[in-house]
Amino acid sequence: MKIATAFPHSAESERVREMPKSQDKDLETRIKVSVRNLDFFYGNHQALHSNKLDIISNKVTAIIGPSGCGKSTHIRIYNRIFELYRDQRASGEVLMDGVNILSPSVDILELRRKIGMIFQKPTPFPMTVFDNIAWGLKLHYKLSHRDLSERVEQALHGAALLDEVKDKLHFPGTALSGGQQQRLCIARAIAVQPEVLLMDEPTSAIDPRATNKIEELVESLKENFTIVIVTHNMQQAARISDHTAFFFEGRIIEVGPTSQVFTNPRNPQTEGYITGRFG
Amino acid sequence: MIHRSSKIRNLKNFTAKIVATLCALLGIFFLGWVLIEVVQKGWHAINWSFFTTLPPPPGSETGGVANAILGTLAITLLATIMAVPIGLLAGTYLSEFGQKTALAAAARFVANSLIGIPSIIVGLFVYASVVVPMGQFSGYAGAISLAIIMFPVVVGTSEAMLNLVPNELRESAIALGAPRWKITFEIVFGAAKAGIVTGIILSVARVSGETAPLLFTALNSPYWPNSLAKPTANLTVTIFNFAMSPYAYWQQIAWGASLLIMTAVLALTILARSFFTESRR
Repeated sequence: MKIATAFPHSAESERVREMPKSQDKDLETRIKVSVRNLDFFYGNHQALHSNKLDIISNKVTAIIGPSGCGKSTHIRIYNRIFELYRDQRASGEVLMDGVNILSPSVDILELRRKIGMIFQKPTPFPMTVFDNIAWGLKLHYKLSHRDLSERVEQALHGAALLDEVKDKLHFPGTALSGGQQQRLCIARAIAVQPEVLLMDEPTSAIDPRATNKIEELVESLKENFTIVIVTHNMQQAARISDHTAFFFEGRIIEVGPTSQVFTNPRNPQTEGYITGRFG
Repeated sequence: MIHRSSKIRNLKNFTAKIVATLCALLGIFFLGWVLIEVVQKGWHAINWSFFTTLPPPPGSETGGVANAILGTLAITLLATIMAVPIGLLAGTYLSEFGQKTALAAAARFVANSLIGIPSIIVGLFVYASVVVPMGQFSGYAGAISLAIIMFPVVVGTSEAMLNLVPNELRESAIALGAPRWKITFEIVFGAAKAGIVTGIILSVARVSGETAPLLFTALNSPYWPNSLAKPTANLTVTIFNFAMSPYAYWQQIAWGASLLIMTAVLALTILARSFFTESRR
């Protein structure tokens, strides 16, 4: 953990990769988010049971499992978006860089800047492509007009969208195609320089070619961000994730490197789900 | 198992279709009749002086309803200024903040009941609570009673329109670290803009034909509406007075004023519709 916080950024992690093997191992296990004893309730119904999960920095962690097993519920705790709904509550610990984000003293607006979220359906705001990104930026930063334009372009570039929309910056965001809208949402999320990106089935509402683009994007994004992706698509989890967590009925059944979970699952339930026997 | 004859079932189906179609045609027929009658009787009265001069004294054959047009515009505008901001914010409270709380449930119930209150009762209420204490009929009292009628309509439509905004939009703004009020006024209002404008236009159309609440409040006046603190000329009470009069020319002016209101309401309705379909595209 000590070494982990000393190298928070990717530029440094590149350098670390060239170091001797023993340190490389530390890098592999640098934990960004650590979940302990996490329970979650919708009213009286308990949806998550003592979840324990470590999210590794600058890696993609896939969360898989049958419908209703608590995948989305789990990641919606990280940015405390569940608090919008009065009958929902969480107990336990979600430590980001050692700080429990569930603690009431956490600045929730700053927490949400640090933890971005992408939803199932693309949700462009009712404004121009440019303003879609500038709106979020202006929430958190005081920027001159020039810096603002620059940051918007950087974000679009980071979401592999700049080339497609550079002549459409003043078109309404809703005028873009579904896949472009979803990348606009990714650009909007990364513009405020988060550390973690939560993706809640980000490709389930868009076509296969656009899905492909987003998967490639996820691969490139992990250089700068820690990514947690909920997916129904097991091929997708196998393709893009480094670690996989299998959820079943609100419990985390198995966590491990994706290659191991998919080829040599330790738990028979995981095996059953992955081989398509249920779920 | 007994097979029911398909002949009888087909016949029943056919009958139901015919009866429903006839009822629809009957509705259109009466609406068309009203429109044709008003246009036929009203268009003679419409000329330049109809829009520019004061009502004629009894027996005279020249005059218009310029004062009533101005008075109606002023009263309606003032009512809109009073009812729309409060109604819009109340609707916002119901949709965005109160939601399922007891206060929201109570406010929603009251707004719904208010829609059903006969407008003449609103007129009487304002008469007792504004006109009597002020000691005279006034345009202000008229505007207050129209505002009371508009208010629940604006609350209802703005809540409905804000509810149409998908929750995902709110959640993604919240996930960016935005405070709730900013999301409401900059994102949710932006998404519901066309619907809200449509609701406001329809609420204006709704009150522009009201007579009863003005009868006890703004009353009417044969003079120019140079102050809303006094009885104020308006189209609907003018129609009421002139239509009941024995003078043929006054009756003709009442038809003309009816045509004017009808056209205005029709125009507002079409405007509202075009706004809404535009937003749906």
